[in-house]
This record gives sequence, C-alpha cells and structure tokens, in this order.
Amino acid sequence: MFPAQITYHRAGSVAEAVQLLSSNEGAKLLAGGHSLLPLMKLRLAAPAVLVDIGRIEALKGVSASGGGITIGALTTHAEIASSDLVKQHAPVLAEAAALVGDPAVRNRGTIGGSVSHADPASDQPTVLTALGATFNVTGQGGDRSIAAGDFATGLLENALEENEVLTSISVPSVPSGAGSAYVKFPHPASRYAVVGAAAVVAVSGGTCSSASVVVGGVETTPARASSVEAALAGSDLGDAALDAAAAAVGGDLNGDPMGDVFASAEYRRAMAAVYVRRALGAAASRAG
Amino acid sequence: MTVPVEITINGKACAGDVEERQLLVHFIRENAGLTGTKVGCDTSQCGTCTVQLDGVSAKACTVLTVQASGSSVTTIEGISDGVDLHPLQEAFWNNHGLQCGFCTPGMIMAANELLRNNPSPTREEIRHGLEGNICRCTGYQNIVSAVEDAAKAMGGR
Repeated sequence: MFPAQITYHRAGSVAEAVQLLSSNEGAKLLAGGHSLLPLMKLRLAAPAVLVDIGRIEALKGVSASGGGITIGALTTHAEIASSDLVKQHAPVLAEAAALVGDPAVRNRGTIGGSVSHADPASDQPTVLTALGATFNVTGQGGDRSIAAGDFATGLLENALEENEVLTSISVPSVPSGAGSAYVKFPHPASRYAVVGAAAVVAVSGGTCSSASVVVGGVETTPARASSVEAALAGSDLGDAALDAAAAAVGGDLNGDPMGDVFASAEYRRAMAAVYVRRALGAAASRAG
Repeated sequence: MTVPVEITINGKACAGDVEERQLLVHFIRENAGLTGTKVGCDTSQCGTCTVQLDGVSAKACTVLTVQASGSSVTTIEGISDGVDLHPLQEAFWNNHGLQCGFCTPGMIMAANELLRNNPSPTREEIRHGLEGNICRCTGYQNIVSAVEDAAKAMGGR
C-alpha cells in the first residue's frame, strides 16, 4: 500500500512549519508518522502536502516547570515511558506511554502526534484529560493554550486552526498523597484501547478528597466520568465504595458510543465499568 | 515528482531519486536491493519490516523514505559480518525458531533491541518485547526459546 502522491517539506523550525502550513492549503503536519501514514495508505486522509516537523529539536524532551512538567510535542512514547521527570510528576503518563502500541511504535510515535490525531482509542488523550493538562500551540496569530479536555472536538478532529502547530503539553504534578493509574483493554493486534480508563484519586484523612476519572475508546472523544467522580468524593475508597462508583460510569456514557466488528457499543459500555473499577482500585492503592 | 535522498544502510551510503510518497521499506528492498526486510501486513502491526533507524527499532512500512533521508539504517543483512551468524540468528537456527520464516527478520531485529535494553529477559519479558511482531505460523514458543538462548550466548546470563 502506498500513500497518494504528496509534496514533502521538511521544516527547520516551528516558524517555518507555520509558514508552510499557511502557504499550502490542506497541508498536514508529519511528526513520527505513526498515526498519519497508516491513514494515508488507506486513503482515509490524502493531504497534498506534508510538512515534516520531525527533526525540530526545540520540540523534543521533558522539562520541569512551575508545579509540573512540560513535554515537547515531539517527545516519543518510549522517551516518556522511561523519563524520570514524568515518573516523578505524572507517573500515570509514563504508565500509559509504556502501553502504547509496541516497542517499535513507541520509538517513533510522538505524544503531540498522538493527541493531534484525536483517535478516541489512543491512550494519552484519556490520561492527559484526567491530569488536567494544557496543550500549547503556535500559529500565525501567535501562541495560545487549549485545555486537554477541549482539544479533541470529534472523531479524528481537534481544536487546532489550519496553520497552528502543537508545540508542547504542560502537565501539572499529581498532588502528593494522590494515587493515579491507567488501565486498558488493548485490541489484540493494534494495541489501541478498546476501552481505557485513567483515574487520579486524592485522599485526605482517610476519605477521598477529590477524583478525576476519564474513559477513552467508548465515545468519539475522551469522556469525563463525572458520576464516578461524584460517587468517590467523601467515600472511604473501600471495595464497596469503588464498586458503586465504577458502576455509575454508565450514567456518564450517554453520548455516542462507538461499536465495530471487534467490540460492539454495548460491550464497550460494559467493559468501561470493569476497567474504571480496575483503574480506581490501582489508583486508590497508590494513594496516601 | 522525485527527490534526491541519501540513507546509510548497513554502513554504506545509498543514494537515489525517489517519489516523495515512497515508503522506507520499498527503498530498502527495491533501491538498495536488500530483500531480507519484508512487507507483511503493511499496517504497522505485524513487524516483519522492522529495521533499526538511527539506533532504535522502527517499522519501515510506516516511515517515508524522505523522512529517513540523512539517517542510518541497519537491516537484517547488517547484523552479522556475512561469515558467522549473529548469536540471535544462530539461536533461531538451533531452536527451530521459525516455520515459514517470513516473520524471522523482524523478530530478530526486534529481539536485538530487546536484548540491548534488557540483556537477561524473562520469558514473559521476551513476549512483551516482541508484541509488535506477529508469527502467523504461531511458532512463538520456539521464538521465545531462541531469544532466551541468544541472551545466554550474548553473555546476559
């Protein structure tokens, strides 16, 4: 399988990438290529122009920033999975990165490419939404920030303007004493999440002081499980409380559940409760 | 339209004029003439096109040749000196770690990176490290045994 004919440009800087996007109607950014190239081979995407940002060093790496970390958009899943800074500030992100695809995919795939692709079966959009991350973008109109929960606007659609580049992701530290976890039901061949669940659970005086729970793979964008969060708040995080909270996820998935030949919408909804329960159990055991 | 590219493959500079949409695996097979690297599923799942790209394993069906221009690639042909087999090749031979052989180049390239990162993996870690490589003959038991054997031969334990 080949992609359709393209014109390829390699951008040396973010400014050059913005300029190339602006001067080429319908141009697409190429980073690791592990989301875009498969779509192009299947003709699900056919951009006439590709702007390769894969060698812009300024977009690579993880650094500490006030109250958290900043992750360059070109940082690979393999780098995130092994980053000490990520493990220290947002261990759930490293946990999820290690579950993306397979080793070769993690070597090439980038966090910025993954979230921009906006596939609801991707792992990191679910985790970043639970962590309350912020996506930093640059375009012709200057810089702006987009909350992780507002970034995906639909199936494979994101909030970027045509000429904007996602440059980095700011992730606040998981508060000390809070536990976090990501668990998923991977598709056996692609390893994409049939259902993925991310949970951050904070404990104070033996009860849950706050919780952030997000489910991926079921709806067209990551779904915040507000009913689960509400059920957890003030609970003792015992088995009965976690069972009841996880069962409440059905009330959060009234949107547009997806189904395919591998897993029906009904099955995904059923598995959402199972995987939310597992994520809550793991996060609660790490809290305190 | 074609564009000039230059990629170092197994230590040798390979230049060519290629279509911008050409995939790296086709450059390796058709321009460089190295057909050990296979095209299997063509969807980044089966791993038989695995090569080392700038030192880490990558699926060559999911990289454009133009993206890789200026990079270094090692293929299955480049892991031994052409006289003696690489310990992984030797171990696959000794353990019958292949049936039809189509997945073998990718299995060996992926296992090579696995052993570099983890010289003494458990059988479970070997399975985890090879999860991007599919053997449609389902010959996994002997593949895992071969990698275990190679780890010992390479001094891991």
